[in-house]
Amino acid sequence: MKYAGLLLMPAGFFLTIAALVLFPDPLHRGIFILCALAVEGTGLGVAVRGHMASRRESRP
Amino acid sequence: MNALAPLAPGGVSANSDAVFPFTLALLLVAPLILAGLALINTGLGRSRSAAQALLGNVSIVSIAAILFALVGAAIAGSLSATGHAFHVAGKPWDWIGSGSLLLGGLGTATGQAQLGLLFEFQAAALAALIPWGSGADRLRLAAGCALAALVSALVFPLTAHWIWHGWLAQLGGNFSLGAGFIDPGGAATVHMLGGVSALAIVWITGPRRGKFPKEGLSTAMPGHHVVYVLFGSMLSLVGWLAWNAAGAILWLHAPLSALPVNAINTVLAAAAALLATLIVTRIRFGKPDASLCANGWLAGLVASSGCAAFITPGESIFVGMIAGIATPLLVEMLELALSIDDPSGAITVHGVAGLWGLLAGGLFAPQPGQLLAQLVGIATLLGLVLPLVYLLFAVLNRAVPFRVDPDGERIGMDLHELGGGAYPEFVIHRDESYR
Repeated sequence: MKYAGLLLMPAGFFLTIAALVLFPDPLHRGIFILCALAVEGTGLGVAVRGHMASRRESRP
Repeated sequence: MNALAPLAPGGVSANSDAVFPFTLALLLVAPLILAGLALINTGLGRSRSAAQALLGNVSIVSIAAILFALVGAAIAGSLSATGHAFHVAGKPWDWIGSGSLLLGGLGTATGQAQLGLLFEFQAAALAALIPWGSGADRLRLAAGCALAALVSALVFPLTAHWIWHGWLAQLGGNFSLGAGFIDPGGAATVHMLGGVSALAIVWITGPRRGKFPKEGLSTAMPGHHVVYVLFGSMLSLVGWLAWNAAGAILWLHAPLSALPVNAINTVLAAAAALLATLIVTRIRFGKPDASLCANGWLAGLVASSGCAAFITPGESIFVGMIAGIATPLLVEMLELALSIDDPSGAITVHGVAGLWGLLAGGLFAPQPGQLLAQLVGIATLLGLVLPLVYLLFAVLNRAVPFRVDPDGERIGMDLHELGGGAYPEFVIHRDESYR
């Protein structure tokens, strides 16, 4: 689960790059970048959940 | 809005006779941040690991200096005007520096380039030092040194090149995003990078033994020397004043007349953050928490690194206040809700406060499009650098195991790794005494 989150985060980064290249209009570019950040945030959330799950299993 | 705008036309160059010695003097004071962070990292750990912690700090700075000189400066492109770029959609993407190994070309470089190199030297050491505190009481000295080598030779130089010389710095010219990604005091290059490195280390190393028992809340493991922590915070302020001023001159070409406002903003951000943390902890716990207040103070300083050069004093107080409110709440959330054992609070203090400082820089900067440029930079640090750092650290952990064996953790890192304690005449508490 942690690795799925860590894989999702670069996807958000590449969406940011795509926004720069594809959208010259600041409004569309801004919305796309915010969506990309949301993808990264989701990835971080999934990675944190994965960390919590693994901690819970290994508690003494 | 302050008269100082990022990369303002007519700004000064550090090549000039008046500015060069002044900037050099600032950069000779700035290492006080390293001293302050070393004390904070040591004070927030346990007494039975204090000598190992402080020795680790000094070793990490030494390794970072040597590795950055040997390899890092070439990758960062500190002394070369241009880097290697590829072209996409008709735009150049300068992604890696084209400098020489072993600081080749240092003698013939301009004054600006030499001072920039000195700035990056210290930034590399800081970026390598920040995560060390997060691994306190269980991260082996050898692993800390290996991590410092990796950060200062590869991860930091690459990030520094993107932010101070490469494609992120050129977002303004290439994509009309304000003045490009702005990070005069290393809020991203040093602090966010240090914060994400700390998160990766904590994830890989795991929590201290007994921190999260199967039943009940997490165990409180307070830092052993809050006086070290508070004195380190005061020491850091002096270094930070010099550091932010030098960064404004080098990366924003700020005139000398703009530096007093920069210094005032730095102090105000720290002061507002400290007071905000003091009030939050007073409300939350009934009494102010000294080590969290030190963390709040540091978070204010970190946030100021992203924006102190071009915001007003009122905005600076706002930036510090938000950092100070968020710090104790996030430190508590990471520990209690997310099972993240971060003894020095580096993930919050450096990672999150750095992110906030960069965002505030985008919110308060005069140029249109600056906020988007800052968001692109933040997205790069979170979306690319964090997974990259985690991957590299996980591979490194296979070669040089990060975590000390259980017996070493039980007797303390000082006895296990150094053969002697930092306080040989003191009685050391057993684990059970913390419960």
